[in-house]
This record gives sequence, structure tokens and C-alpha cells, in this order.
Amino acid sequence: MENSTEKNMEKNTEKNAILFEIEGLCKNFGDVKVLKNIDETIYKGDVMVVIGPSGSGKSTFIRCLNLLETPTAGTIVFEGKNITEKGYNLNFHRQKVGMVFQQFNLFNNLSVMENVTISLEKVKKIAPKDAREKAVTLLKRVGLAEKADAYPSQLSGGQKQRIAIARALAMEPDVMLFDEPTSALDPEMVGEVLQVIKNLAEEGITMVVVTHEMGFARKVASRVVFMDDGKILEEGTPEDIFEHPVHERTRDFLAKVIHVI
Amino acid sequence: MDILEIFTQYYDYFLRGTRTTILVAIVTVILGTVLGCAIALMRLSKIKLLKGFSRLYITVIRGTPMLVQLYIVYYQLNFISYPNGKIFGVALDRVIPCILALSMNSAAYIAEVIRSGIQAVDIGQTEAARSCGMNGAQAMRYIVLPQAVKNILPAIGNEFVTMVKETSIIQYLGISDLMYNNGIVITSTYNPLPCYYISAIIYLALNIILGKGLNIFEVRMKRSER
Repeated sequence: MENSTEKNMEKNTEKNAILFEIEGLCKNFGDVKVLKNIDETIYKGDVMVVIGPSGSGKSTFIRCLNLLETPTAGTIVFEGKNITEKGYNLNFHRQKVGMVFQQFNLFNNLSVMENVTISLEKVKKIAPKDAREKAVTLLKRVGLAEKADAYPSQLSGGQKQRIAIARALAMEPDVMLFDEPTSALDPEMVGEVLQVIKNLAEEGITMVVVTHEMGFARKVASRVVFMDDGKILEEGTPEDIFEHPVHERTRDFLAKVIHVI
Repeated sequence: MDILEIFTQYYDYFLRGTRTTILVAIVTVILGTVLGCAIALMRLSKIKLLKGFSRLYITVIRGTPMLVQLYIVYYQLNFISYPNGKIFGVALDRVIPCILALSMNSAAYIAEVIRSGIQAVDIGQTEAARSCGMNGAQAMRYIVLPQAVKNILPAIGNEFVTMVKETSIIQYLGISDLMYNNGIVITSTYNPLPCYYISAIIYLALNIILGKGLNIFEVRMKRSER
């Protein structure tokens, strides 16, 4: 566990292709400027953890990456294609980008199995039998194979989130986005979800994680990004950010969120 | 005891009227729901023209009496040559405009029920569906609508019950529904009160049956989700 940072850093150095190339990204909600001119590059194999105070634009940033929010200005190039260009096929882009939400958002009208298979069947047009087979493998991977026939309302928060991860993985995305995946969980369930995400990171899946779990950021991230007031204030290895933060704001924030020193 | 007496003597009128009422109600409910769905989708669409039209439609229908709408539809659409012929002894060229007017009226209310039912489904459901690569129509069909139906059912049941009762205004176009035949019996017996009781009981029975049916459907929907 302790050396996973090292491992990730190795991964970081031996890369790699650019996955996301973000330039001048701005997002306004009415008069409120939520993202202010963000430039960022995300490489294949990155485990990028985004931290920062609430209202700093972390969630909006991650939601721009699969265009759940339409940027007001700027470009996002994904695997060499400008996805912010007018008329770009969003549905196609989103198949390659898995998203896990704070509120899980499991499909309430579908069983656990159907939650995982529906996009395989309807979007990827995979035969129901093959989709089920794949779903069983994924459910095993998140440790919930026995819940296949349950409905979301019968699951705990932690279980829901693990199913949501399996659902996103089903599409075999090139990158996984986690938008505060543990913020809506009871404290005792945070661990099981983080463990699943950590396993994925160790398998080399590229991911961007918005989180308030500093311990997780420290152990799993290959890169930590600190956002404040719609801008990326500083970024670096977990060591850089947590041990030697440059900016006053970063130091302030970390002092507030890390209670035990 | 007048009630029983009158009913045994004139039951034929009441039952034939009831048959017409049921027929009109069923067709209206189906047509109204289909039309209501269309208007609700227009209301939720991003196309301004459709949105504006549906909003205007709902405002006008809700803001004018149904009886006025019935007459307007009847006279305004008199250029249409409706098919001749009769169904259950009711002239088609008379009953079709009635059904149209009733459906157009109920569609406005049903549209609002459907719209609020769809909007009550958490936006996160749509976002999750779109994030999986589904297009808007797929997300609506596989994820949002199945959940919306559960929100909609109780209120739409209400609307159906209202429709069954509201069909009584078609008597003004001389269609021999339950209320029309009720009038005939009154003129031949000069005894209105028992007649109205009989009609009331028949309407009540129809709606109790309808309510029971909707209940069964609702329970079944709930069970599918547990």
C-alpha cells in the first residue's frame, strides 16, 4: 500500500499518450464564472486526484470531461479529437468515458444485473447472453455477484456505488471519472468503495477522481491537482502537494481538511 | 321505491345510455392519453416552437369551459365529412366531434400530469444514462419513462375518472348517452329525482370499477420494483 505512490509515479514516467488535452476551459452558470481558463493535460495511465474547497469548480471540471456540462469557452481534445467542436457525437464520446456519481444514480427501475447490462445491450448492441456473462464478471470484480437480482433500493450506499462502478466499467471506457464517489456514503462504507477504486488504479486504469479523502489521494494518486476559485492553483505528486505545498491557499486548505498531523 | 320501479320499467334506456357513455369514455381516455403524451413531450422539448405551442394549448384548454370547447369543435370542424353510419345506435358524424373535443380537453390535463411525472424523476437518472452513452430517446425510454409512469399513475387515474363523468356533456349535442336517456325517462315519468339517483349510481359504479382496475395496475407496478 505504501509504495503504490511510487508505482504510480513509475507508470507516470513511462507514459505515454495524451488522453485529454484541455485548453482555456471556461464554464459560466449565468453570471457566475465557475471555471476560469483551465489548461490541463491528462495522460494515459494517470490517476489524477482533484482536491479543493467546495465551490472551487472540481465537479464542474470533471463533468466537462464527458460533456455533461457544455463548456462556455475553450477546447477539450480527447484521443486526438476535439470533442467540444459543434456536432461532435457526444454519445460516442461518453461510451469511452465512464462516470461515477456522488449520488450513485443507479437506474432505480432496473435490477443490479440490468443496470450493468442495459448499456451493453442498447448502446453497444451486445447479445443479452454475452452482456450477462460480462456483467457477472464485473459484479464479481466489485464483490457483489450475489446481488445480481436485487434492486437498487435493497442495497446499502457502498454497494450501490460499487455497482455504479461496475456499470461504468461495462462499457470498457478509456478513462473513469469519479465525482466525489464517497461523499454521500456512511463513514463505514467509504473503505469498501475506495478499495475498489484503488484496485482499478493498480490495474492501470486511467482515472480522474474528485474527492475529499486526502488519505486516498495521498496513497493512490499519481498526480494531485488543487483547485480553488475555478482555477488550478497547483499540481504535482502527492508528495509535492501534501508535504511541500507552494501556495498559501493550498496550505490553508490542507490544514483545514487534515485533522490529524 | 320509485327508483326500483322506474329502473325495472326503463332499464333499457339507462343501459343503452351507459353503453354509449362507456364507449365514449374509453375512446376518449385512450385518445386523450396519446395526445397528452405528445403535448407533454412537446412541452419538454428543446424546440421553442413546440414548447410555445404546447404551453398555449394547455393555457387555452384549461382556461375555457369544456362545454364551450365542445360547441366550438363541433361547429368549427363541420367542414370535415365524418363517416356516416352508427355505432351502438349513435351517429358517427355526431359522436366523433364529441370524442375529439373531450380528448383535446383531457389531453391538456394529462399532459401536465405526464410532464410533472417525468420532471419528478431525478435528473441524475438521465445523467447516468447519458454517461453510459445512451442518446436522449434511449434514456427517456429505458430509464426515465418507466420511473415516471409510477409517479403518473395515481394522478392519471384521477383524470380518467373525471373524464368518465365529463362525458355527460355530450348530451347537449344530442348524443344518447346516460344523461341524455336519463332526460328521456324524466320526461316520460315526470319524476326526476329517482332518475338522477339511478344515473348517479351507474356513474359511481363505473368509476369504482375503473378505480379498482387502476389500483391493481398501480400495485403491480410497485411490485416490479420492490
